[in-house]
Amino acid sequence: MAFCIAVIGKDNAPLYLATSDVERELDLQYHVHAALDVVEEKCVIGKGAPESKELYLGQLFSTENHKIYGFVTNSKIKFIVVIDSSNIALRENEVRAIFRNLHMLYTDAVCNPFYIPGEQLTFKKFDRAVQKLMSGNV
Amino acid sequence: MSEEIVFDCLHAEIVNYCLNNSKDQNDLGTLEYIGFTTGYRLIERLTRDVGRFKDELETMKFICTDFWTLIYKKQVDNLRTNNYGMYVVQDKAFRFLTRISPGSKQLEQAPKFVAFTCGLVRGALSNLGINSTVTAEVQTIPACRFHIEVNRG
Repeated sequence: MAFCIAVIGKDNAPLYLATSDVERELDLQYHVHAALDVVEEKCVIGKGAPESKELYLGQLFSTENHKIYGFVTNSKIKFIVVIDSSNIALRENEVRAIFRNLHMLYTDAVCNPFYIPGEQLTFKKFDRAVQKLMSGNV
Repeated sequence: MSEEIVFDCLHAEIVNYCLNNSKDQNDLGTLEYIGFTTGYRLIERLTRDVGRFKDELETMKFICTDFWTLIYKKQVDNLRTNNYGMYVVQDKAFRFLTRISPGSKQLEQAPKFVAFTCGLVRGALSNLGINSTVTAEVQTIPACRFHIEVNRG
């Protein structure tokens, strides 16, 4: 079962990437990168439309094996989650909850005075919490 | 009340600490920078449950209402704009100045009590994608006016 959580910065540089399956990490990274274009598109076209007010972007696209979901904060930090298509336990609501938790973790990490905004997220506490988030949903 | 005084005291100490450590008494750069990093991190948390901002004006309104209320326990009294990237925020009883008695001598000391807030606003806007220059103007204590100039391009 593959599962991937990525945090992408303002300038589309990866800040954090965690996968449940290390062997397929590269493949999953490709999906995350491909998703960034869709995120950009959604943010521009959705301008002014009432439904675009939400930070959660919904399902960005799906391939044969994966479903990719996106979330953009007000400060243009992107969260991407890649899950297996065969994973039917995760519905819209569960994905929403993952993003909400991830957002919470991220804001806490930014408030850490030792973190310089724009740098990679290397905190053990953040990493552990995200791993927990993943293992709880796989 | 007792909780609010803690922030006021901390701010006063930061001002003293920054100015005593620098050679030049008029060097407000450090203070402004502390404000900038604070604002930058703070806004990340404050906008967590807020919808996406439509435009610049909406962001400014957020700064003047929600952001201001959280930090200074009151909203700003006036927000004006010329629609060309210039915003003027007026606070008739600015929190850090309310404990100072009005007078020309005290007025000379006013800049160091508003520098932190200039940075705070600049940092918050910067994280929301608006590059700006923030300056403050104190004519009579405790009123204060902040000029926010958005740098486009």
